[in-house]
Amino acid sequence: MALLQISEPDEVPAPKPRRRAIGIDLGTTNSLVATVRDDGIAIVLPDSEGRPLVPSIVHYGPSGVDVGYDAVAAQTSDPQNTLVSVKRMMGRGLADLADARRFPYRFVDAPGMVRVSTRAGDKSPVEVSADILRALRARAERALGGPVDAAVVTVPAYFDDAQRQATKDAARLAGLPVLRLLNEPTAAAVAYGLDHGVEGTYAVFDLGGGTFDISILKLTRGVFEVLATNGDSALGGDDFDHRVYCWILEAAKVPPPSPEDSRLLLLRAREAKEMLTGHEAAPIVATLSTDQRIDLSLTAANFSQITRTLIEKTLAPVRRALRDAGLKPADLDGVVMVGGATRMREVRRAVGEFFGQAPLTNLNPDEVVALGAAMQANALAGNRERGDDWLLLDVIPLSLGLETMGGLAEKVVPRNATLPVTRAQEFTTWRDGQTAMAIHVVQGERERVADCRSLARFELRGIPPMAAGAARIRVTFQVDADGLLSVSAREQTSGIEAAIAVKPSYGLSDDEIARMLRDSFEHAADDMAARMLAEARVEADHVAMATDAALTADGDLLSPEERAEVDAALARVRGVRDGDDAAAVRAAVEQLNRATASFAARRMDRGVRRALAGRAVDTLA
Amino acid sequence: MAITITESAAKHVASQLSRRGKGIGLRLGVRTSGCSGLAYKIEFADERKPEDISFEAHGVTVVVDPKSLPYLEGTELDFTREGLNEGFRFRNPNVKDECGCGESFNV
Repeated sequence: MALLQISEPDEVPAPKPRRRAIGIDLGTTNSLVATVRDDGIAIVLPDSEGRPLVPSIVHYGPSGVDVGYDAVAAQTSDPQNTLVSVKRMMGRGLADLADARRFPYRFVDAPGMVRVSTRAGDKSPVEVSADILRALRARAERALGGPVDAAVVTVPAYFDDAQRQATKDAARLAGLPVLRLLNEPTAAAVAYGLDHGVEGTYAVFDLGGGTFDISILKLTRGVFEVLATNGDSALGGDDFDHRVYCWILEAAKVPPPSPEDSRLLLLRAREAKEMLTGHEAAPIVATLSTDQRIDLSLTAANFSQITRTLIEKTLAPVRRALRDAGLKPADLDGVVMVGGATRMREVRRAVGEFFGQAPLTNLNPDEVVALGAAMQANALAGNRERGDDWLLLDVIPLSLGLETMGGLAEKVVPRNATLPVTRAQEFTTWRDGQTAMAIHVVQGERERVADCRSLARFELRGIPPMAAGAARIRVTFQVDADGLLSVSAREQTSGIEAAIAVKPSYGLSDDEIARMLRDSFEHAADDMAARMLAEARVEADHVAMATDAALTADGDLLSPEERAEVDAALARVRGVRDGDDAAAVRAAVEQLNRATASFAARRMDRGVRRALAGRAVDTLA
Repeated sequence: MAITITESAAKHVASQLSRRGKGIGLRLGVRTSGCSGLAYKIEFADERKPEDISFEAHGVTVVVDPKSLPYLEGTELDFTREGLNEGFRFRNPNVKDECGCGESFNV
């Protein structure tokens, strides 16, 4: 008997059949898709040209649907069939859309949600969003090499039920298995690993291209709660560009420019703004259509001065959110920066001063939401690493397992395992040449399958014929965050697979679970007896079967007396096998083993002789 | 009904527990596995579950879940040295046979 060492509690190796999980940041202007790599690092998946973003633009053209960069140009050439910012319309009726007139679309008022009349028919925001999600899904499937198993899509913290439901519907329409919608600020906090703490209060400062959101989150026992949100739906990085643009016009004394010049100068303004995140001054050089040449230098101090009012404008919603949450700036344990505009040093400085601590900025602020969503999807899909005990969700109330020979229940996922969970175990064939295996999934704590609850049955067929015990069949139990169990079986050498999905908690009340548990404690001794009997029977069947096979193959090795003895022992095994006395079954098996011992030795000799027949001694070395 | 633990085993458990820095004692149990039916489980115990049965020996707390107890009834846990190896050994009167590798046993 081997010497044992003490192990850590519950240290059963969890296998890693990774599921393809993605996180999607479905934004108003841009969307992203991210995943967690095998090494545990979250990355945004770029397109074939290396661009991480997908502009949230859908163009219903005469020859088909274009999404993203392919649809950008159509904004000016075919505005009525090119839909942008549909996120603002999600779950909204025409009456709810205060800024409906800002869009160049032919709106159709429909019950529940507004629709837009396009070349491809009336489109609801859900359908348009689904087209964007489909493009993201295709990108993910190309990168991951197969269908997506699990997705998490982010929504603003202030989205109401109708908007959330619309987002879910869009994902379903796009064929994405959405495990959960995640609040955008929560996703950002997850990306920074803030959920690894036990408790804390965090602010998420999200300054995007055109919108500003501030959220105050409270983390308790691994779950984020949104305490307050606030923001300004018309404040973003574009406003900073505009300030610089106005400064250029003034500094270079440009008369009111043409639309082309105006676009050129806005572009230069933006470049200067971006350059100032890493430099003390940025040159602004341009030649206008009027032949006016502009050659300016914008210093950081200048920029800071002209954008001061904008910075102050972001702090007003922050103060309101804090007041709503009943907190002071110093109460926060951390501040997360989200959105490209938070790259500006002025923004970082102002936020740092306001909260009295440096904000978290080391992740790409454009990607942080998608990265957090990917991490959440990865965890929900059951891919998390041991020790990642974040996301306290739920536990399995009763063990899950399957039926093994003799009607015994083999537990694969133990009771109280934290969801989501994946466990696998290897099984093998019982009979020579066995080509199929019935898998009976059961739930319960009892030893005998008859005392457990049957959940599902399926068969793994097409196992290549092998000697009993040679096949390696890996059965994987996976329970996702919603408690949905999927069981898959895979024969390792041939790769054949079969799978089934069930909802184990379906139809079980708390009382029933409690009763099943109590029964298992009360019947522990009975169960042990039942297990012993069942195991003895399996052994008896096995030995009887092997003896039969041996007698058929090599029966001539036995004298008539010996043959009679073996037959008698075999008959005794069969006689007691169906009785209730485990000891008697075992004794009969033992006797059969003794009766066949010399027979087995002779068979072995014959086998060796056959193997060596006709070979010269010197070839055997 | 009892499970006992030898003095030398208790000493090792206590020293490993103190080195680990947490845990209320030792959890023993059986689980189905291996080639011969059952395998022993020997773990640090971080908590006592309501249904657990516990034993005290030489200052060490041993907890056992009620499902495992019938298989372990009368077991003595010892700590021994065999050549270069040292480790825990279950002296379990219920065991009828063991598989060759000693990984699992049968009652």
